[in-house]
Amino acid sequence: MTELPSLRVRWLQALALASDAEAERFGQSFGVGDAAFELLRAPEVGLVMARGRAGGTGTAFNLGEVTVTRCAVRSSGDRIGIGWVQGRRLERARLIARLDALLQSAPSKAVDAAVTELEAARAERQAATARKAGATRVEFFTLVRGED
Amino acid sequence: MGRIAAGLADPVHDAQMQFRDLLWAMSRPGSVVVLRGGLPAPPEPLVPAAYALLLGLVDGESPVWLDGDHPDASRSIRFHTGASMVAEPGQAAFAVVTRASGLLPLERFAQGSHDYPDRSCTVILQVDHLAAGAGLKLRGPGIAGTARLEIGGAPEGLVPGLQANRRRFPLGVDLVLAAGRSIACLPRSTDVEA
Amino acid sequence: MYVAVKGGERAIRNAHRWLAEERRGDPDLPELDPAQLREQLALGCDRVMNEGSLYDPDLAALALKQARGDTVEAAFLLRAFRTTLPRLLSSVPVETAGMRVTRRVSATFKDIPGGQILGPTFDYTHRLLDETLGGTDAEIAPAAVAEQPVDPVVPRVLDILDADGMIQPEPAAAEGEPTDLTREPLLFPVGRDAWLQNLARGDEGFVFALGYSTQRGFGSTHPFVGELRVGTVDLVVEPEELGFPIVIGEVELTECEMVNQFLGSKTEPPQFTRGYGLVFGHQERKAMGMALVDRALRNAADGQEQRGPAMDQEFVLYHSDNVQASGFVEHLKLPHYVDFQGELETIRRMREAAAREEGGE
Repeated sequence: MTELPSLRVRWLQALALASDAEAERFGQSFGVGDAAFELLRAPEVGLVMARGRAGGTGTAFNLGEVTVTRCAVRSSGDRIGIGWVQGRRLERARLIARLDALLQSAPSKAVDAAVTELEAARAERQAATARKAGATRVEFFTLVRGED
Repeated sequence: MGRIAAGLADPVHDAQMQFRDLLWAMSRPGSVVVLRGGLPAPPEPLVPAAYALLLGLVDGESPVWLDGDHPDASRSIRFHTGASMVAEPGQAAFAVVTRASGLLPLERFAQGSHDYPDRSCTVILQVDHLAAGAGLKLRGPGIAGTARLEIGGAPEGLVPGLQANRRRFPLGVDLVLAAGRSIACLPRSTDVEA
Repeated sequence: MYVAVKGGERAIRNAHRWLAEERRGDPDLPELDPAQLREQLALGCDRVMNEGSLYDPDLAALALKQARGDTVEAAFLLRAFRTTLPRLLSSVPVETAGMRVTRRVSATFKDIPGGQILGPTFDYTHRLLDETLGGTDAEIAPAAVAEQPVDPVVPRVLDILDADGMIQPEPAAAEGEPTDLTREPLLFPVGRDAWLQNLARGDEGFVFALGYSTQRGFGSTHPFVGELRVGTVDLVVEPEELGFPIVIGEVELTECEMVNQFLGSKTEPPQFTRGYGLVFGHQERKAMGMALVDRALRNAADGQEQRGPAMDQEFVLYHSDNVQASGFVEHLKLPHYVDFQGELETIRRMREAAAREEGGE
């Protein structure tokens, strides 16, 4: 039970950041469509005030708001599932909440493997961008002028 | 820790409709209004109207006071609205009195200030039943002549309390009475006579 | 006497119908999908998100379409939309040091750990109109891909240089919740948190022009870009029902740190001071302008002689918001028949009085 939160953090994040196709496949593989849930908090769009820090490290300030969607369900096994995702995405928030309730009692090995796959897909997307950025890195040449 | 009750099934439309109903009731003191829309099954010991109004009105910036230790209600309100629960009635933006004996003297709740009379408490008082046309005599803004409101299971001393509240105008609290799915309002501007 | 005037309903309805037709333009041309604006006019959408103070690229694109490309009107639409949504939480402050950079340059030091990364920039283009973009489906060469990606974490330039004490350190974080101008009225003097929020949602043209003014003598800056970085950061929230922080998405940001020469005072040695800019999306002008104005306001707050409007808190903060400015300036277009009649009467009476006096002499 003690290491559960860290795996839970990982699936909550990976599911929020996954592509639609990835999230759907993940949901199917854990049979989310077959389970019954009580809707505690219908998917709801709201705002999160994004904060920054002066100079990147100093005093916090309010940068501006971001749309988000949240949802909460209760599984037949009496587990509460919470879903949060950036953007106006009712279906994704509902899917995350349902999966969150289900995964709390799923075998952690299978969950870990599936979450790792989502994380790897995101890392690959990030790496593809980072390689494009890498191609625009400036290589300086030193021009030697005069003698000696 | 308390069990979380479900929230509004259709948060936007239910909350808007119920807010509209509350406005209507508040602007016509003494009228009994049955809340429209879906009313979720409330956590103990709230009645459906009180719970639905809290879900629609309260947010993370409006502290709530309850008249006792009600873990189901307190956890459900916190979960759905993000509101903090306060022990000191004077700090609450909304107070819920679930039973007649739980009502404190009205001056114990936030009264607002002369600069900001709106920074006062809205007190939701649960009663047994509400009926218009008999009972207390009401006069004031929003009432053509006189209105009558019967409050079943009203706390003792409610009428003198409301009269004192009226004398503090423009300060004072606004009262929302809730019975089952119905509400009636007694804003601080209403004269109440037994 | 006050005369209420009603009317114009039919004219208004028809005006809006015509507006819809004009918005569509020539029906023989394909209609724009907001997704096309999001993808192909991304910087316009970024401006709308900034000034609308709402990060949602799809909504910004929709607003830009609805406003027929008028970014200020589009920002107004976003501001109006946000009022319909509940504020659920504030985020954990974004970690710009951990930004996955797509662009990162420093004008102060050539050799910085992580390197100078140009990213998709207009810099060094020749500003020649490209006629091949004129509606043809010309093949676009895909972006070059390096084997060596940019490091996942690129250290912030000023953090590296802080070490030798030449650059003023960032003051320690203030305690408590930052001011939120969407909730609290402006009461002067305000703290840095309030002016950074105000500048972040301010009009790009206004903020940029004020920054420019500080360079031209209406202020006291001699700035360099210590670092300008663009990229994505995680959006982290800590919902109470979870009790721990989670990443729920990512936002693109532009961050600018300006360094300015400071000749020293009785209490402080000569050094470089800093100014900070942070905005949504890829908005370099805005971030740079913000960093310049931040420095000017800090100079004023430190007691330096006020040498221009950028150093005047009230001037800057009261006039930066284009939605507020629209409200006040554009309302002058709306009927003022009664006010104007009143003033007309006053002028007439004054003239009559003046004429009587002249006649009496």
